[in-house]
Amino acid sequence: MKIDSRLYNGVLYVNLSGELDEYNASLAKDKLDEMFQKSGFNQIVIDLSELDFMDSTGIGMLIGRYKKMKVVNKKMYVCNPSKHVDRIFKMTGLYEIMPLIA
Amino acid sequence: MSENNEMTLIVKAESVNESFVRSTVAAFCVPLNPTLDEITDIKTAVSEAVTNCVVHAYPFGDGEIIINVKLVHNEVIVKISDKGVGIVDINKAIEPFYTTKPNEERSGMGFTVMESFMDTMKVTQNKGKGITVHMTKKIEGDKLKIVGG
Repeated sequence: MKIDSRLYNGVLYVNLSGELDEYNASLAKDKLDEMFQKSGFNQIVIDLSELDFMDSTGIGMLIGRYKKMKVVNKKMYVCNPSKHVDRIFKMTGLYEIMPLIA
Repeated sequence: MSENNEMTLIVKAESVNESFVRSTVAAFCVPLNPTLDEITDIKTAVSEAVTNCVVHAYPFGDGEIIINVKLVHNEVIVKISDKGVGIVDINKAIEPFYTTKPNEERSGMGFTVMESFMDTMKVTQNKGKGITVHMTKKIEGDKLKIVGG
């Protein structure tokens, strides 16, 4: 999978692309932790538009990042989930801690 | 058109095989003319079951995962088995958010996803070693049919 980020106006925009499963979760975790160590932002927006597949391993990984960011008072949001990813987010209640934005 | 068919895959319990397994199962179901949503549901449920084998079944070494898929009329019947350590309390294991590995950032939602995305899901202990996840899903398919074509 591919993960890119850009910083704009105090927001770190992260683009997750590809398939987020057990095989990729560890790589994604390390990459996101590295990106989140940057300074100059207090919010994170994760763009899911290019995420083709995700299972509950991805949910666990995202909750882990949320917990880390909560400690340093940085809020996380998500946008543009596919129908499939949206269903998994709703099922697991993930939008309650990582709200969906337009 | 209905199809009756069967396949069995055996792969090493490694996460690198997850994508291959779910894509292969999805491709095998294509003769039933599933919708994209139905295919995604099956891929997700299969991925969850395979992940369970990779993460939990073989803590002491290598092992294999056996994936059996039958197409019977318009139904997909999936059995995913391992020969690993098994599950002490299956009822507890399938509860939402239950995980034996909270320190590894596990969501504990694997069985819940399988139950939600398939029509039926049950877990049984094998007579030898390990567990089998049994799942079924009826394929409604694309309602658009060519009449007299």
